[in-house]
Amino acid sequence: MSRVVHRFTRNVPDWQPRVTPVDLAKASPEQLDALKVTPSNTKVSDYVLVLAHDPETLNVRSPLFNGIMYDPGGLSRAERELGAIGASVVNRCIYCAAVHAARHAQLSKDTAVTDELFANGEKAKLGPRDQAIFDYSVKLSQSPPAVTEADTARLRQAGLDEAEIVDLILSTALFGWANRLMHILGDPVRKDG
Amino acid sequence: MAQRANPEASPWLGAVSAAAQSRGNIFEMSRQAENAVIAPRDPGGFPSDWRHAVAARIATLNALPELAAHYLTGVTEPALRVLADPAETGRDTRERSVITFMDRVATQPRAVQAEEIEGLKAAGVAEADIVRLCELNAFMSYQCRVLAGLAALKGASA
Repeated sequence: MSRVVHRFTRNVPDWQPRVTPVDLAKASPEQLDALKVTPSNTKVSDYVLVLAHDPETLNVRSPLFNGIMYDPGGLSRAERELGAIGASVVNRCIYCAAVHAARHAQLSKDTAVTDELFANGEKAKLGPRDQAIFDYSVKLSQSPPAVTEADTARLRQAGLDEAEIVDLILSTALFGWANRLMHILGDPVRKDG
Repeated sequence: MAQRANPEASPWLGAVSAAAQSRGNIFEMSRQAENAVIAPRDPGGFPSDWRHAVAARIATLNALPELAAHYLTGVTEPALRVLADPAETGRDTRERSVITFMDRVATQPRAVQAEEIEGLKAAGVAEADIVRLCELNAFMSYQCRVLAGLAALKGASA
């Protein structure tokens, strides 16, 4: 029986690569640099070892990810996670959705929002501000992206200022990127045991 | 209103000057990421010219004609320009399987199955090149959505 996980969950699954991960013992200096491997830090996930096939991109991607999700100011951390979840729901990236739903629940000290998101997907019913944020992230994640000035206006009505809207655009767009790696290059699988 | 930017200028220029000064570092890192996927030092099996054409194709699939025009200016080999047109499916069997995959990842990522990665391997695409293709595609998805979102923000604040 397949161990692949097809339903959204906050229980973060394992990830099984579809492409052979880089063998750390044979990695080039550029790959080791992008992997940030040091004598005291030799634990690297299969996902990052797969991405190490393109070390130049991996090297710039990691600080960009951290900046968009964690830099101070602007949109709250939990609301950036909501943008990430909106993208992951549209793109059906079970692994990304699990990681960022778990983080949202932890940051907001509330599981109700992500329970509702996983139960009803793109049609989830949330509080007004969360609803505006989630609906925007779903529209931006369509192909082609479906946001208009009216969608921006709805965010403003829900209380988001310009800097917060920029952060929502960035966190949602970033997961258009992340989903296309995580969901395409591997499968979410049930943890053993 | 309809001021057309110089198509050769960086697509991030407008973003930095308009809405998003508070995140200047993010746009600088985004520009570095663009270099890494469009004009990498080690392009593997997909040279920069080809990458520009496919970036233009993905911009068109995302209904961003100005971004497509920007990437087209970087295509120097005339035979590659056809790939920027989503109606064109590739010039040989291997390229057709790659282009089909790129279109699927760009427009229907949720539907992509493990067998499609196996199909690329069977068509002779190296595993490192599969990762490079995904990074190119994934970056373009990011850039298209940042620019679409900022355009809707700029219009709304005018």
